[in-house]
Amino acid sequence: MTPLQNLGRIDRRWLFLGMGILVLIPLLFPLHLPITPTATSIAFHRAIANVPDGSTVLMSCDYDPGTIPEMVPMTRTALRQLWEKHCKVVITVLWPGGPGLVDRVVAEVAAEYPDKKYGVDWVNLGYKPGNEAVMVLMGQGILTAFPYDYRGNATRSLPIMQRARDYADFPLLVSISAGYPGTKEWVQQVQARFHLPMVAGVTAVSVPEFYPYVQSGQLIGMLSGMAGAAEYEVLRKESGEASRGMDAQSLAHVFVALCIVLGNVVQRDVRRGDGS
Amino acid sequence: MSFHPSPDLSVWIAAFITLCIFSFLYKDNPFYKFAEHLFVGVSAGYYTILNFWTVLVPNLGEPLVASFKGHGVSAAKHGMWAASLGDYRGYLLIPALLGLLLFTRLVGRIGWLSRWPLALVIGAYAGLKTTGFAQGDLVAQIEASLQPLWTANPVTTINAIIFTVGLLTSLLFFFYSREPKGAFGVVSRIGMAFLMVSFGAGYGYTVMSRVSLLIGRFQFLVVDWLGLR
Repeated sequence: MTPLQNLGRIDRRWLFLGMGILVLIPLLFPLHLPITPTATSIAFHRAIANVPDGSTVLMSCDYDPGTIPEMVPMTRTALRQLWEKHCKVVITVLWPGGPGLVDRVVAEVAAEYPDKKYGVDWVNLGYKPGNEAVMVLMGQGILTAFPYDYRGNATRSLPIMQRARDYADFPLLVSISAGYPGTKEWVQQVQARFHLPMVAGVTAVSVPEFYPYVQSGQLIGMLSGMAGAAEYEVLRKESGEASRGMDAQSLAHVFVALCIVLGNVVQRDVRRGDGS
Repeated sequence: MSFHPSPDLSVWIAAFITLCIFSFLYKDNPFYKFAEHLFVGVSAGYYTILNFWTVLVPNLGEPLVASFKGHGVSAAKHGMWAASLGDYRGYLLIPALLGLLLFTRLVGRIGWLSRWPLALVIGAYAGLKTTGFAQGDLVAQIEASLQPLWTANPVTTINAIIFTVGLLTSLLFFFYSREPKGAFGVVSRIGMAFLMVSFGAGYGYTVMSRVSLLIGRFQFLVVDWLGLR
């Protein structure tokens, strides 16, 4: 057996250990590798920058704790950009495990802006079952779909909802989505029907599914997973969790690429050995 | 670098469970089994209670109780049946009944009754999905695929040509009515090459997503639990 063939029989736990070390070390000792924003992230940032100051924006946070590392940094940065433009933010959550998490994240960001008040500058409408049906129902009236917010307040009584009656009142929809229901459904049911301009932050695993929407202009901008969130932080000159995680992300990718190359070389050697 | 472990007991519990799950990477063991069973049990309980309080109570229980008292969302209107869009009042008894019918599956003889609410759900969603797909995907994507091949910008021109060649050859790859031989075989192989590139991109993004989750857990262990700064 050749040394290469021996390498092919390596215990995969060594690979897990290698991956663990490569992820852990940059978290302890940051390498500060450069992060260059891509066109879709720049477009996402620009789309929010172009929203008229003080307008009311719809933000749908469709995720749960399983995708915190990718979704939460995007949510935080988008909220900061919107609030620095004095925008009001109406938040919906179409995932049952999401409202509590989203409420906590928004409250943390709101604490950085003491002048922002719940019910005036932002509202969490909470979870509503029905997936696409809720999106369509919101087109008939946000108050119709959400008579009460996440905290049990009658939405009619909230000042922010006086200027958020239906989709026509929003200049932009920000969809932060980890799957179904999420960005795809917002495009199909809302962007296409109500022609509401839309940007999205999605998990990396689902990015290939959404590039056609960017190419067609249905999504004005898109953040792709943790990398997209880090690029957005760079554009905003913030140093958040996503930026801090990108060193580890880069090293892990190099490691996976090396494993793939090495695996192919080993398999080629094994096949040659079988042939002889 | 300094060490500031969290004083929060819940963080320590979460860190212990995380390490229990990570221990599976070495081999299956009782700690992993414990964490796995705990997760399944807690998730089942959490989602049951969550759905009760965020779905059944606010969308059915409270509105029905209010309607029996003769009022609803709109205080200006009185009466159990004075319904309007978003203020369905007594008519919510119909979805309540349909919801209960779903449980007839547990009763052998009348199990067929559960098909009625299921038929309603399937019908409504089939309609929503069909119109949504037609508007959001089919028409919009065909429209976006019709790109001018010659433009003033050479980069845009090259992109448009690559896009169009990729689109057509990928579509022809899935044309199974003819054996892929000769010129058609070449076109089909070009389409396959484009598909392989897209699969590679998909794999790369999948790796990124999974590594992100690992980074998130490590950030929790390093920053939130151990407080290494």
